[in-house]
Amino acid sequence: MSLTPDYQLQRNPFGKLIFTGSDGEAKEAVPVRAFPIGAPDEGIALVDPHGHELAWVERLSELPAPLRELIESELASREFMPAIERIVDVSSFATPSTWTVATNRGETKLILKGEEDIRRLPGPALLIADNNGIQYLIRDRYGLDTHSRKILDRFL
Amino acid sequence: MTSRTSTRIAASSHPATAEIKESPLPLPEMWKSQVETQMDDNEKILAWLEIDLDTQLRFTKGVVVLTSRHLLARSEESADWQSLELRPGLKLTRRDHAGVGSLELFDQEGRRALWRYTLQLDVAAGRLIDRFTRQLEFLATGALTPPPAHALCPKCETPLLAGQDECPVCSKEELTPPSTWTLFRLWRFARPYRWQLLAGFLLSLATTAATLVAPYLTMPLMDKVLIPYQNGKPIDTGLVTLYLSGLLGAALLAWVLGWARTYILALVSERIGRDLRTTTYEHLLKLSQEYFGGKRTGDLMARIGSETDRINLFISLHFLDFATDVLMITMTTLILVSINPWLALVTLLPLPVIAFLIHTVREKLRTGFERVDRIWAEVTNVLADTIPGIRVVKAFAQESREAARFRAANQHNLEVNDKVNRVWSLFGPTVTLLTEIGLLIIWAFGIWQISRNDISVGVLTAFLAYIGRFYTRLDSMSRIVSVTQKAAAGAKRIFDILDHVSSVPEPANPVHLPAVTGRIELRNVGFRYGTRSVTRDISLTIEPGEMVGLVGHSGSGKSTMVNLICRFYDVSEGAILIDGVDIRSVPVAEYRKHIGLVLQEPFLFFGTIAENIAYGKPDATREEIVAAARAAHAHEFILRLPHGYDSLVGERGQALSGGERQRISIARALLIDPKILILDEATSSVDTTTEKEIQKALDNLVRGRTTIAIAHRLSTLREANRLVVLDRGSVVEVGSHDELMAREGHYYELYQAQARNVDTENGSEGNEEGEEE
Repeated sequence: MSLTPDYQLQRNPFGKLIFTGSDGEAKEAVPVRAFPIGAPDEGIALVDPHGHELAWVERLSELPAPLRELIESELASREFMPAIERIVDVSSFATPSTWTVATNRGETKLILKGEEDIRRLPGPALLIADNNGIQYLIRDRYGLDTHSRKILDRFL
Repeated sequence: MTSRTSTRIAASSHPATAEIKESPLPLPEMWKSQVETQMDDNEKILAWLEIDLDTQLRFTKGVVVLTSRHLLARSEESADWQSLELRPGLKLTRRDHAGVGSLELFDQEGRRALWRYTLQLDVAAGRLIDRFTRQLEFLATGALTPPPAHALCPKCETPLLAGQDECPVCSKEELTPPSTWTLFRLWRFARPYRWQLLAGFLLSLATTAATLVAPYLTMPLMDKVLIPYQNGKPIDTGLVTLYLSGLLGAALLAWVLGWARTYILALVSERIGRDLRTTTYEHLLKLSQEYFGGKRTGDLMARIGSETDRINLFISLHFLDFATDVLMITMTTLILVSINPWLALVTLLPLPVIAFLIHTVREKLRTGFERVDRIWAEVTNVLADTIPGIRVVKAFAQESREAARFRAANQHNLEVNDKVNRVWSLFGPTVTLLTEIGLLIIWAFGIWQISRNDISVGVLTAFLAYIGRFYTRLDSMSRIVSVTQKAAAGAKRIFDILDHVSSVPEPANPVHLPAVTGRIELRNVGFRYGTRSVTRDISLTIEPGEMVGLVGHSGSGKSTMVNLICRFYDVSEGAILIDGVDIRSVPVAEYRKHIGLVLQEPFLFFGTIAENIAYGKPDATREEIVAAARAAHAHEFILRLPHGYDSLVGERGQALSGGERQRISIARALLIDPKILILDEATSSVDTTTEKEIQKALDNLVRGRTTIAIAHRLSTLREANRLVVLDRGSVVEVGSHDELMAREGHYYELYQAQARNVDTENGSEGNEEGEEE
């Protein structure tokens, strides 16, 4: 089903999303996922630069297509959580350790400062924060290949 | 008592006395040749930034080059250069979100270009922007503003202090893994006891030698006494007495030496353990707030407690045992070979097999034990989480959930242990089996040799006696595998702490400040926690004796600012100066002596009230303590307690109310008589009546001191000379209450919001602003 919201969204030449509410006031807006890991497509808030909520989207799929695409493209350009598909190599099993990983966004190196930077998410997922604070996601640690799993096991 | 200085918002306006010659670092070869094709003859490269992401946020290398007339960019994957001519009206900005930085080029109409990079390049991006802005200025006016005059770290732009060659921020980041030879680093702790250790070693050697005498004597006993007797000769009593007393003597000697050895080693072991624990704890205390924020209490407790114990046992017992075992085996081998080389060869046959076994099991066990350690820390973590929060657990009736959590952690522990034990348990019996097989081989080969009259029965007996000991030693040697791995794992975790350099480093060339006036200056202060920049470009000067109130929503950076001023953290950008001296060049402990801190949740240590008041000045006299308590309006309620100033407080001690605790902590701050006073929500956890009493105490405290106060209730900041309004990490307004009200800006809104809530406020809550969100 598709609800027609009482607001409008546009992208201005400065690359920002502009929110026009029912009162006709135009503001810059940024989409934010409320549960970026648990339920990425549910609960998306549009907030103004001061962090005040302008609108709440229960489910992305409820929005009319143009609006949804606009929000999705903005989210895509803001979100950076490479998903690790393979662990190629690690410099050592003692931290800090430099990992060479293949992600869905290409191959890169990350520095793991300590085992405590590996966060266990519900289910088989893991979230790894590197020394610059970039979050790497492992969706299913049992689904990795044997080599990667063996390496990962040493840190868990 | 104060002069009203306005906030300095202007960026580093210090006149450049000496111009630093600007030359960009050379561009990497792969880009250089290509860039040159894009440039005119007299165009020069001014700055560049190698980016590591493309606009779709994929890991791709790219470069942005600033020349004297253009901004050139290319990514590895596209062949074309993007060329943008420099012209007035262009603006280059950077922002970051979730670990990704964006560099954007705007003109009046819109965005002209966008580049992305991971945050490690953020500082370099900042440099590019700075150079870009100055170049535009140069093109417009013809004059080039010189770069900031003070020396900056080339890597991260932290201003270097006088006498500092190496940047404290960059050098602290130790990102190489510790070497596998961690155990040898323990020598540092064993060194003071090297003579005792040597004595212990020599004693073990002597003990071993003494025990080797006995099997040797079985040989003549057999050959010269028993066999001749069986062949019809009488027993030579003298000879028997001689051999038997030899056996007894060797046994007694081994007993005495063994006792001395064990005693000395036990003494040394305890001392090494003590040193290791104390050193680790002392180092831990010196680490910055940041370190404690990232670690869990249970884990740190386990490291200092059980890990050190394991290590000192290793150094003093297992390692020495291993060394003597090796010697013992060498000595036995020599004796065996000297008696009969062939039989010796057969005896030693299973040795390589055992060595191989030890080697294969080693790898498996090491990872296993590391996991056991981590899991154990997990178990203690559950306890450390739950016990302090027991009120919440009980209030929400979640005991069974917490029990389940503990059970799950224990279960996990059990599983990991089971896995390790499966390998480990196989290990011992296998060694025993090999021992038996070895004995079997010697019996078989020995009997065959006796039948050929190559050796006597005595020799075989001696061999069998030796080999019993020999394999026992191998067995105990095999244990070294596990203890070494355990100790190495423990040592790594200890050195993790010891190697951690405090992120608020002690200055190399300290400037001493015996007395301060209390003038605080914040110069373009920025602080970044992980990828989140918490405060940005704050400039503020606080005059001696002035009281400044920090106001803002929660999360606006008030507490961060206080933490930075206290130097619990070091600034990421800019500098904080006290009396004109960068606080990073003053020894930490000396600097904090000038600061009195009163927190929202006063922490009382276990001890008497007097001890708690004198916490910052342990040698304070009773008169001083009472005077401080009087000034803090704590004297009277203390006297009402059954034991007065000697009443016990803290954990399991006398129950004190929030207001009472707070007044004790105020007395604590008063006693050290600091020039700078920081009140972090000092009154927000108490009701309004108590607040009034605390306020009276605070008025005494504030007098004559530079004071920085954070308060949710704006009414408590009436006394402040100036209010600094923070919003999302930046200073947005500065002025007195009246000025700010007249301005009708941020402060006005905050004040109005609170005024509306005053009716509903029941006096014990301080979360009015939260509801405004």
